[in-house]
This record gives sequence, C-alpha cells and structure tokens, in this order.
Amino acid sequence: MSKLKTQSLHKRDSELAKTNKQLEILSNGIFANGELPTFKDKIAESNQFPLKPKPLEILQINVGYMCNQVCEHCHVDAGPDRKEIMTKETMQQCLDVIKSTGAHTLDLTGGAPEMNPNFRWFVEEAAKVGIKDFIVRSNLTIIRANKKYHDLPEFFKKHNVHVVSSMPHWTRGKTDKQRGEGVFDQSIQALKDLNAVGYGMPDSNLKLDLVYNPSGAFLPANQAAMEKDFKKALLEDFGIQFHNLFSITNLPISRFLDFLIASENYEDYMYALVDAFNPSAVANVMCTNTLSVSWDGYLYDCDFNQMLDLKVASKTKHISNYNEEVLQNRDIIISQHCYGCTAGAGSSCQGTVA
Amino acid sequence: MSKTYYDPTDLRKFGKISDWNEELGSKFFDYYNTVFQEGALSEREKSLIALAVAHTIQCPYCIDAYTGDGLQRGITKEEMMEALHVAGAIRGGASLVHGVQMMNKVNKLEG
Ligand code: SF4
Ligand code: SF4
Repeated sequence: MSKLKTQSLHKRDSELAKTNKQLEILSNGIFANGELPTFKDKIAESNQFPLKPKPLEILQINVGYMCNQVCEHCHVDAGPDRKEIMTKETMQQCLDVIKSTGAHTLDLTGGAPEMNPNFRWFVEEAAKVGIKDFIVRSNLTIIRANKKYHDLPEFFKKHNVHVVSSMPHWTRGKTDKQRGEGVFDQSIQALKDLNAVGYGMPDSNLKLDLVYNPSGAFLPANQAAMEKDFKKALLEDFGIQFHNLFSITNLPISRFLDFLIASENYEDYMYALVDAFNPSAVANVMCTNTLSVSWDGYLYDCDFNQMLDLKVASKTKHISNYNEEVLQNRDIIISQHCYGCTAGAGSSCQGTVA
Repeated sequence: MSKTYYDPTDLRKFGKISDWNEELGSKFFDYYNTVFQEGALSEREKSLIALAVAHTIQCPYCIDAYTGDGLQRGITKEEMMEALHVAGAIRGGASLVHGVQMMNKVNKLEG
C-alpha cells in the first residue's frame, strides 16, 4: 500500500471528493460494457429488486466527519480537517426520534464521535431513553489522544455504552500501514484501559467488540476464524480480551476507491466482489433494518449511501420531519458499491449477515 | 489469441474447465474444496502449505491465488516468506542431497 496520506480527499481537492464522480466510476467501465452485471440486475435474478426496508431496528447517527486519524481505507473521508459536526439542535431532533422509534439499537459513529463538543451531553441524554443496545464506534486512539479523553472508558461504563472499535490486525505493521504510524501502540493501550474498567472481559456486561476490515484490496476471510486468531494473539501478546469480532468488507467508495484506482486494483476488486456475490446475503443487508442520519440531519439508507450523498428516496428526508411509516415504503437506493455488502457471508456494521 | 501463455485474468475462469467435462470437473472442485476445509490442519495452515507448494511448482495462478488467500486470512508477509523458505530449503536440499550420489560415483570410479 502507498504511503499514508495525512489529509482527506476533500482537503486535497481530489476529484473523488465529489460524490457524483464516484458514482460515475461505479456505473461506467466494466459495469457499462456488460463485462460485469450491475447490482440491480444481479439482485433482480433472484427477484430481490427493488430492495425494500424491513421494520427499523437500528438507528445509526453520524455526529460528524472530524477524526484524529486519516485511515487509508476510510469510507467517510474523515480526518482532522473535516469540519462537518452535528449541532446540539440536530442532536435534540435525533433524541426526539430515538424516544419514539421502535428501534432496539442506537449506533453513534463518525469520524471520531467523541470529538463532537456535545458528544457527552448526547450520550447522557440518549442513555436515559433506555434503548436496548447503545453502541459508540470508538477508534480507540482517541482515548489516548488527549488528556481530556482519558476518562472515556469510565464515561462509557457509566452509561452502559457498547463499545465497538476498529482493529485491522493483531500486528503493529499491518495496523499502522492502514491507520497511521503509532496507531497500533495507542490502540493496544486504549484496549487495556477498557479492559481495566471491565470492558470485554469474559462474562462482563460491558460489551467490547472489535471490527476487522482488510488492509488492502482483498476480501475478509471467515469471521469466526479471524476472531479466533485475534483473540489468541491479543491475549498472548498483550493480555487483552474482547467479546466479538465483526468482519467488514471495504466498500469501493471514497478513500478506499481512491486507493483501488491508484494501486490499479479497482477492476480486480470489483470482479472479486461480484464473484463472491451471495444471493442469500441480500435479504439481510444493513439498509434493510437500519437508517443512517448525517451530521446535518439528513436520512440515508446506510452510512455508505450517506457518503455518496444518496438521500433516502422518500418524502421524509430529514430527521426534523421523521416519519417511520412513510420511510418504510421507500425503495432503497443501490449502486455497484452494494456488492461490498453481499460478498461471501455478507457485510454490515454488525459484521457478517448471511 | 493472447501473446503470452499466462494471462492473470484466466484465473477467474478456472471454473470453466468443467464446461468441457462436467463430471470430472465437478469431482475435482468438490475434492479441491474439501481439501481446504478445516480438518486436522487449520484452513490457515493449509493456505500456507498451498503457498509454499505454489512456489515449488512455480504456478503463477496459484501464487496469485494463495497470496490473496493468505492476506484474507490475516497471514502476515513474514509468515508467507518463511513458508517460501521452507519450500526453498526443500528444493535446495533435494538437489544437494543428490551430492551423495555424485560423491559415491566419484569414489567408485576413482577407486
Ligand atoms: S476509518 Fe474511522 S478512525 Fe479511520 S479516519 Fe475514518 S472515521 Fe477516523
Ligand atoms: S451499500 Fe448501503 S444500500 Fe447498498 S446494500 Fe449496502 S447497506 Fe444497502
């Protein structure tokens, strides 16, 4: 993999920062000349087009694109230079929806969600609603980034937050290559801090799960086998424990798409995704039970569609006029990036789906 | 026709060998897939063996396939290189061990 960039595509003024450019790439070339079937045609073969939502289970809220890291594969194009941050007012609108929705899971993501200045207030308020599973996607290094974040493990514990964190490998070399110099050591320290307050320990109710996504142009292997390898290595080498490993496929958008093109892996990767298409994964792709809210309150079928600026195909497009019944009737917007969700055992923010 | 014997994109078409003999093709792929399933050896160990053998038989398709397979399984490049040295050692050793035959012959001829 090439040397890690230190700025987002947006900051670099890259062509690929434009979402229509990304969508154009995903629709042209091998998908326009008939070499590979479009996602629409592929799911139509098993009568699964149009893709429709099931009752809402997960509300995923992206509280901002700012991040202390600039990971090579990041589908958010997050980084310290991104200034899109959810306001308290939009957070309040989200809270109103959280109170009324039947969703059992609230999933906060970013960027680094902890960098939103109102993050703690939002967590405190949301925790009061008593939603069954309250997830915060923490990149781990943020816990060590600055003194003001050192107490995050205690804060998460106090509000019974389910911590889900990224870890691309159990070795330093592979982790730092994808996420930046020094990330591995900081992540290990953060995991120890979380373990120390009880997170991830066997039989502990404080859930700590890890997310694995490949550090290159290849698909993830079997989730259970990877979990076994991760658990063994992290325990033996560092005495670290965690609960589950979610294996996530990199979707060909944003910085990962940029990497695929720059490293001349784009076509092979798309072939690999299409070859691994699993029709039985389609029924459970993330967008069928999840809604994604952006920092400015717009609604999307998933976090990936959010990054492609594909707002829901519904009259209700914003959290301020949220209407679950109306949203239920929509068709989910798809494109070729969706192949990333249906390869092999499928992929979602909660790991495999098939 | 392509101008080289090997085309990397041909690897994707491996399954097509069944088109000309369905019975034997599917028997082969059934066998192949079963071999790589977890047994007394883990899938990971089998992947590393496959990578070493691929280099021994110098099959470019297999090298591509099992390098990718190894990465997918989280196998590190250090582990891959060590596996290759096992292949290299056995290959080199196989040549050198015949040196005993050479020495025997010299000793016999020279009396
Ligand atoms: S992948 Fe996560 S930690 Fe890395 S830059 Fe993106 S949002 Fe930040
Ligand atoms: S990318 Fe989004 S819309 Fe497409 S299948 Fe995956 S979850 Fe659904």
